[in-house]
Amino acid sequence: MKPAERMKIPRQSMPEQEAGERARNFQEVNTGLAREAARLEAQRCLRCKNAKCIAGCPVGIDIPAFIEAVAEGDLDKAAAVLYEANALPGITGRVCPQETQCEVRCIRVGKGEPVAIGYLERFVADWARESRKEGGAPPRPTGKNVAVVGGGPAGLTCAGELAKKGHSVTIFEALHKVGGVLVYGIPEFRLPKSIISQEVAGLEALGVRIVCNTVVGQTVTIDELLGAEGFDVVFIANGAGLPVFLGIPGENLLGVYSANEYLTRVNLMGAFSFPACETPVLSSAEAVVVGGGNTAMDAVRTARRLGADPATLVYRRSREEMPARIEEVKHAEQEGVQFQMLANPVEILGDEDGWVRAVRCVRMELGEPDESGRRRPIAVADSEFEVPCQVLIEAVGTRANPVLTQTTPDLATNRWGYIEIDDNHMTSIRGVFAGGDIVRGAATVILAMGDGKQAAEAIDRYLAGKRASMADETA
Amino acid sequence: MFLIREARWLAKDVRWLVVESPRIAARHRAGHFVIVRPVENSERIPLTVADADRVGGTITLVVQRVGATTTRLCALERGDSILDVVGPLGKPTEIRNFGHAVLVGGGVGTAVIHPQAIALKQAGNRVSAIIGGRSRDYVILEEELSAVCDAVYPCTDDGSYGYAGLVTGKLAELIGDSAEQVGVVLTAGPVAMMKAVAALTRTPGIPTIASLNPIMVDGTGMCGGCRVMIEGTMMFACVDGPEFDAHKVDFDELNNRLRAYRAQEKASLEHLCRLGLNRSMD
Ligand SMILES: Cc1cc2nc3c(=O)[nH]c(=O)nc-3n(C[C@H](O)[C@H](O)[C@H](O)COP(=O)(O)OP(=O)(O)OC[C@H]3O[C@@H](n4cnc5c(N)ncnc54)[C@H](O)[C@@H]3O)c2cc1C
Ligand SMILES: Cc1cc2nc3c(=O)[nH]c(=O)nc-3n(C[C@H](O)[C@H](O)[C@H](O)COP(=O)(O)OP(=O)(O)OC[C@H]3O[C@@H](n4cnc5c(N)ncnc54)[C@H](O)[C@@H]3O)c2cc1C
Ligand code: SF4
Ligand code: FES
Repeated sequence: MKPAERMKIPRQSMPEQEAGERARNFQEVNTGLAREAARLEAQRCLRCKNAKCIAGCPVGIDIPAFIEAVAEGDLDKAAAVLYEANALPGITGRVCPQETQCEVRCIRVGKGEPVAIGYLERFVADWARESRKEGGAPPRPTGKNVAVVGGGPAGLTCAGELAKKGHSVTIFEALHKVGGVLVYGIPEFRLPKSIISQEVAGLEALGVRIVCNTVVGQTVTIDELLGAEGFDVVFIANGAGLPVFLGIPGENLLGVYSANEYLTRVNLMGAFSFPACETPVLSSAEAVVVGGGNTAMDAVRTARRLGADPATLVYRRSREEMPARIEEVKHAEQEGVQFQMLANPVEILGDEDGWVRAVRCVRMELGEPDESGRRRPIAVADSEFEVPCQVLIEAVGTRANPVLTQTTPDLATNRWGYIEIDDNHMTSIRGVFAGGDIVRGAATVILAMGDGKQAAEAIDRYLAGKRASMADETA
Repeated sequence: MFLIREARWLAKDVRWLVVESPRIAARHRAGHFVIVRPVENSERIPLTVADADRVGGTITLVVQRVGATTTRLCALERGDSILDVVGPLGKPTEIRNFGHAVLVGGGVGTAVIHPQAIALKQAGNRVSAIIGGRSRDYVILEEELSAVCDAVYPCTDDGSYGYAGLVTGKLAELIGDSAEQVGVVLTAGPVAMMKAVAALTRTPGIPTIASLNPIMVDGTGMCGGCRVMIEGTMMFACVDGPEFDAHKVDFDELNNRLRAYRAQEKASLEHLCRLGLNRSMD
């Protein structure tokens, strides 16, 4: 096929549940490309010699190679290319901000729309999960034990990579289920939980041991893991899950949630099927969500599905500055979410019985760019207004959780409480590595996974070195 | 799965459960709690570790039946198990020699003061415990506390046993009578009771620690649902507490926040009854 022909093929659109319908259910919005659409989309790739998209992918997937395999109908090969760089493509294909990573660098962007790399990644991963058999003999056991703290994307990826190298890996997870933000934060309608449970089953098949209900620092300490528990290495990937509140009056009224609590109740605890699932969540006629990131978008679309009308998003900058994935913003809008842009909450108002009744906001305008490069929002004088709501959800960021670091005083952290590491992902304690949000601050799934993979390689080298030096000693 | 080694009634609707959990038992200190989820689809709820046996690898929970989850727990028998138990959570009680330590427990709050009494006694304190219940049948752990405390004062609202009246009445007596000064008061129980205890000890300036019981979800600092106001500063009870300086706690706000799910709690219990799980759990 000639490039000119390839250029003529329009970008395939993602089939999705109809907006009115999906605003009332929790099933996945995007239903996935059909095989023929995937082939057509793959043919849109111009097979650049010096493909720029690869550099945009934090884990460096050989994007043109996997896409070419899709175009040729060799899905097994496509999957092999993907899995080489990325252990969880079914997840990243759904949640990566492609528009700022790989797709934005696609050569076609100058003349229309980029190749839908994310859709294709998801297509191949979904095919592979259903139809592909992992081949290969199990690796030779090395006799080394690795403890992974936290079962989010960083921990899961690291565990899988290490298990493939023959190390014996145990994941210690605080909650009753592994997955981290993927299970407690990101809703079913964006990332079906069955995908995560299949990936986790795959890890277990590789020999990874999963121990839930274990808060490292409380149930067992890092010292104990390296001592009495007999682990050679610890990888810390406990995320940055501590929610930040705005610090405005009225935050303790009934009906005020952090997005983490709201989403955990609904996703991890299944509150959308209350009372069959016994954890309740407050539903309301009107809901307001404060924030502009993926978390805010997930919360407001969840509120909408729980019946809020209107469900309103209040954000202090304008739509362009919103850090959420473009697709989520578009979907939210289609589902009837109202946007109050350039508005900042100053007080949450309650009724005489202690319940939220409205949020008072002030209008903002954009001034000069701040240190993040985005234009700084400034309050407009005398511009206060109220938005009525009975549920108010704050999605204004998270911080490092101090539980583990407090009980591990030797672990060096920076002034925000994030763990410091060297080029090999090793912390200030020998044999203790770290990665994901607890190192970077709240970031992305693919960066966490990339850290997990890199750390696994560094850990493997470290363990090999240990073996070598032990051999020296006994020689 | 966490096996129940022992189960018995302490009082009407109050169940004593000894649960196999070696890791938690090994690290438990007074003041710690756990979060349990009895079965798939049930809620995660916090419960104090009332006692721990390192050698046997068990912890003891004292559960008062108030809603769906505690109903499930109270139906458990020896040989049954709890799906999830995580802990020990929270910061341990500050234990040192205060001289005379007075512990005030109301209802299942008495489960909180039991391990505190043991630890304070070991630290060389004279330990008195004031334990309250609606009537004689609701006074729990008197025997266990008597074994470790210098004095135990049961109180009943209806006067059917011990001191007739509220625990604060007995506490006021004790503060007034004591030849030696009361060095510290630790309290756990209904919010109204803890608030009254704090009010009583404020003027004489007796350091007072309250064990707070807000609604929790994860117990690891991830949701902020357990937030409480301590002298105007927001704290997460599961990781910053659950014990705080009682003179700084906003008890009214805590009380208000405990009402958040009244309607749903009722629906949940009714649902459980319809499933026939209210009495037996087979
Ligand atoms: C609602 C929401 C939506 C998001 N949407 C997107 C998106 O669309 N795209 C994207 O790329 N990113 C998104 N993100 C960000 C992304 O999810 C995170 O950057 C990523 O999950 C970080 O991975 P992690 O493995 O470092 O930590 P986490 O996913 O936070 O996992 C940490 C795990 O460690 C456990 N843990 C914590 N403390 C302990 C302890 N002491 N002992 C044992 N276990 C412990 C936690 O319970 C958790 O399971 C979103 C985040 C949120 C909250
Ligand atoms: C740190 C801590 C330690 C605790 N220790 C114990 C203990 O040792 N033994 C014990 O029986 N209970 C203890 N509690 C209280 C216990 O967690 C609640 O009774 C339980 O969550 C109720 O769950 P439910 O589903 O049975 O009732 P629900 O139907 O959820 O609630 C029934 C009633 O209990 C109140 N309630 C709901 N959640 C809580 C809560 N977290 N705390 C207090 N009241 C609540 C509600 O306002 C409602 O009126 C403790 C709570 C905390 C925070
Ligand atoms: S992992 Fe993310 S950045 Fe990399 S190719 Fe896939 S969608 Fe693009
Ligand atoms: S219970 Fe979630 S932060 Fe305390």
